[in-house]
Amino acid sequence: MKKDQTLGETLRQQGVSRRSFLKFCATTASLMALPPSMIPVIAATLEKARRPSVIWLSFQECTGCTESITRSSSASIEDLIFNAISLDYHHTLQAASGSAAEEARDTAMQENHGKYILVVDGSIPAENNGYSTIAGISNVDMLKEAAAGAAAIVAVGSCSSFGGIPHANPNPTGAVSVSDLIKDKPIVNVPGCPPIPAVITGVLVQFLTFGLPELDHLGRPKAFYGQSIHDRCYRRPFYDKGLFADTFDDEGARKGWCLYKLGCKGPTTYNACATEKWNDGTSFPIQAGHPCLGCSEPDFWDAGSFYRSLSTPTENIGKTAIYAAAGGLLAGAIVGSALRGRKQSAVKAHQRVTIDDLDKES
Amino acid sequence: MTVHGTPGASPGCGSDTPCNVPTGNVTPLLHEVRHALERWLDAGEEYAIDLRGIPMAPGEEDQLLGTLGEGEVRADLSLTGKTEVVETRFPAVWLVTHYNADDTIIGRFIEVCEMPAILTSQAEDARAGLEFLENLLSENNLQ
Repeated sequence: MKKDQTLGETLRQQGVSRRSFLKFCATTASLMALPPSMIPVIAATLEKARRPSVIWLSFQECTGCTESITRSSSASIEDLIFNAISLDYHHTLQAASGSAAEEARDTAMQENHGKYILVVDGSIPAENNGYSTIAGISNVDMLKEAAAGAAAIVAVGSCSSFGGIPHANPNPTGAVSVSDLIKDKPIVNVPGCPPIPAVITGVLVQFLTFGLPELDHLGRPKAFYGQSIHDRCYRRPFYDKGLFADTFDDEGARKGWCLYKLGCKGPTTYNACATEKWNDGTSFPIQAGHPCLGCSEPDFWDAGSFYRSLSTPTENIGKTAIYAAAGGLLAGAIVGSALRGRKQSAVKAHQRVTIDDLDKES
Repeated sequence: MTVHGTPGASPGCGSDTPCNVPTGNVTPLLHEVRHALERWLDAGEEYAIDLRGIPMAPGEEDQLLGTLGEGEVRADLSLTGKTEVVETRFPAVWLVTHYNADDTIIGRFIEVCEMPAILTSQAEDARAGLEFLENLLSENNLQ
């Protein structure tokens, strides 16, 4: 298969019918949360698209993100590898190993300099390079070398997006995210522990179709991370009616009421779990009766107990911070000290939202 | 026949099951279909609704599909994974369901149109078919 072939040419050569292609475009539009009216646009663009080279680097990770993408059923990994992209390096999936694998990476980087997509999963140990190396090359060096010739970087998973679990307190390896180290390339963060497989493939297809997607303030594509779990949750009506499960085995839990009081982080978590779901669209944690852990948000592991409910703010912290900035470092230090004191007080006087509070707000 | 869509009626859900409080999305969706059907009749404007991105409580999609029902036309397409195209009991309102090779649903659309595009013959496929037919005739000396 020629690398400069368009996707349309490749598909026709493989005997894929136009109807099958339209089906792929329809499910892809659905995946990217685009209106069905965009299906003809996707078809026209994808048909002319050329297969980009993809180099996938895995650093401090658990292989959960790769496990996730290989379970993708919407745009299958086979579709992506053989039709839409040229996956030239992925040390878990590729057949080559050792020096042959690294040669494949070098060749792909040279032949596609400035044009390839670099996918990264796992965080990078910044304090001591010895914590994680591949073929004797430190993660930092390999990332910087591969990033230099990349057109764009896709950070797959919470570890490469925000540091993830390796970054959790006390962060023994000094783990950092891709965006902490690379400042001169467009970076798309696809967080989640792991991310939803359809979201990973959707972002790659979106890049292929429309280029860099629109991102939110944390570098996440808005198509998949634009709404909170809470806003798309089928249990939301229970929240609005003030119907909550208080324990995992009470009447509310059995009736499938809102899991807010059991620590659900849905209101502060932006991801597509409530609509894309998991295991081929079967379910997602809240539907299975467990609160959302907020795994697609930065530092979710250090945000306190998974089972402590989100509380309402008790003070205007924002106004205090503005005064600190205006007053200079000394004032900042004083206010910072005051904030720590207030934080301790707030922890002691931790207030939980009650049904009565919700009634007052509505 | 049971007409689904009655407020609060969730087939298969009892008072002790998780679906006794619906999202309330079924009735607005049916009205969206009604408006689309009016526009198609008045101006020929085609319309499609992607059901994948709409939150549904367990049982609600069945409620919606039960209300749409099945009309005179059903077509099963053998693509990469099958695709079912069914005209609902409301003519010109179609339900298109895409499956992957493992028979898992990967997309479901309500389309309001004369016929979903995926059912019509495609010029690119027809060109390949013409070439194949010409070769067949040539190879068998039937010119």
